[in-house]
Amino acid sequence: MYTTELQNQAGKPKAQVASTEDPALLEAFEARVAADEFIEPKDWMPEAYRRTLVRQISQHAHSEIVGMLPEGNWISRAPTLRRKAVLLAKVQDEGGHGLYLYAAAETLGTSRDEMVEALHSGKAKYSTIFNYPTLTWADIGAIGWLVDGAAIMNQVPLQRTSYGPYARAMVRVCKEESFHQRQGYEIMMAMASGTPEQKRMAQDALNRWWWPSLMMFGPPDENSPNTAQSMRWRIKRDTNDELRQKFVDVTVPQAEAIGLTVPDPDLKWNEAKGGHDFGEIDWEEFYAVVRGEGPVAKERMKARIDAWNDGAWVREAALAHAAKRNARAAA
Amino acid sequence: MSDPKKEWPLWEVFVRAKNGLSHKHVGSVHAADDRMAIEAARDTYTRRMEGVSLWVVPSAAIVASDPAEAGPLFEPAEDKVYRHPTFYVVPDNVKHI
Ligand SMILES: [Fe+2]
Ligand SMILES: [Fe+2]
Repeated sequence: MYTTELQNQAGKPKAQVASTEDPALLEAFEARVAADEFIEPKDWMPEAYRRTLVRQISQHAHSEIVGMLPEGNWISRAPTLRRKAVLLAKVQDEGGHGLYLYAAAETLGTSRDEMVEALHSGKAKYSTIFNYPTLTWADIGAIGWLVDGAAIMNQVPLQRTSYGPYARAMVRVCKEESFHQRQGYEIMMAMASGTPEQKRMAQDALNRWWWPSLMMFGPPDENSPNTAQSMRWRIKRDTNDELRQKFVDVTVPQAEAIGLTVPDPDLKWNEAKGGHDFGEIDWEEFYAVVRGEGPVAKERMKARIDAWNDGAWVREAALAHAAKRNARAAA
Repeated sequence: MSDPKKEWPLWEVFVRAKNGLSHKHVGSVHAADDRMAIEAARDTYTRRMEGVSLWVVPSAAIVASDPAEAGPLFEPAEDKVYRHPTFYVVPDNVKHI
């Protein structure tokens, strides 16, 4: 998903900046968005719309890229060649998702380097979920099933988000995601029906990933002050709590089907609302992870910064090579 | 780090899904040169048999119409319905026209 609005960490509303924009343009823009028209890069748009999009899309892109790390950790230790090929393809897809999204954000006038710099300096956020460690192979199953599952829940409505390049990137991403979720579920299924030890590992992975997956949908609606504006601009199409509820309702029977137990004693079907009631989420933990206190947050950022720095000579050499070739062609 | 001269240029990517169809815009990539742009486009946009041919074009080379000009450019076509065959009435018993 990875698109949670992480700006207002304590849930306090931002001061509204008085707009100096042409009211006629603003009104025409609002009308277009309300009519479900797509906004394209060269169209006029309010500055706040542009800023919100840059923040959300780049945050989403960073999450795809950082999200390669916990799974990449297991490529060399996948239990079979088939699992290794699948995991490699999945992680490569996540890199692709990051690139589609960076490209979409660049159409709003921000450069790739600016976004990378914002990530490395800690100014830009990424999904809290990737600051948890992948301790066993079962975690790879849990990530595909739950984390990609939550991502799908969030990304499907974004295919109709009002900004054209973002919506188109989401169409591509959604096409690729469902294999991610299925391969994860398949791993869980195999382990849950394996030896008692394997089943225990699968249950342990579910226990550790369940709550962080629910947190992926972001703070509860009453603490998500930007949601209303984002929904009015059709950047967001559903609230955090609506999506979280949907996720719980589809995932619980999937766990039951393979004999695993969702680690929530308060979880129960509520006939009247036609959905599950579930326990209180530990929002203190969520905000701590947003602040960069996740179990492996430092390790994740170090891996990204090292990769960037270690690749600097390649970026420079490629440019030098291109310049030399161009000079030769011109001579 | 954000020295724009050091950032690899941006290229727009077009994919032909199969022979007989036109190339269609799918997104963009950064690459130092044309060869690298083709390779990056291949890795980024054709991992699932999406195409049989790629075009990459430096983004800076694209000239686009201005959305503010959309009215004068495209609206004149709206009242020229006589450019469509459905504008003309043909008797029911007349065939193959
Ligand atoms: Fe993804
Ligand atoms: Fe994924």
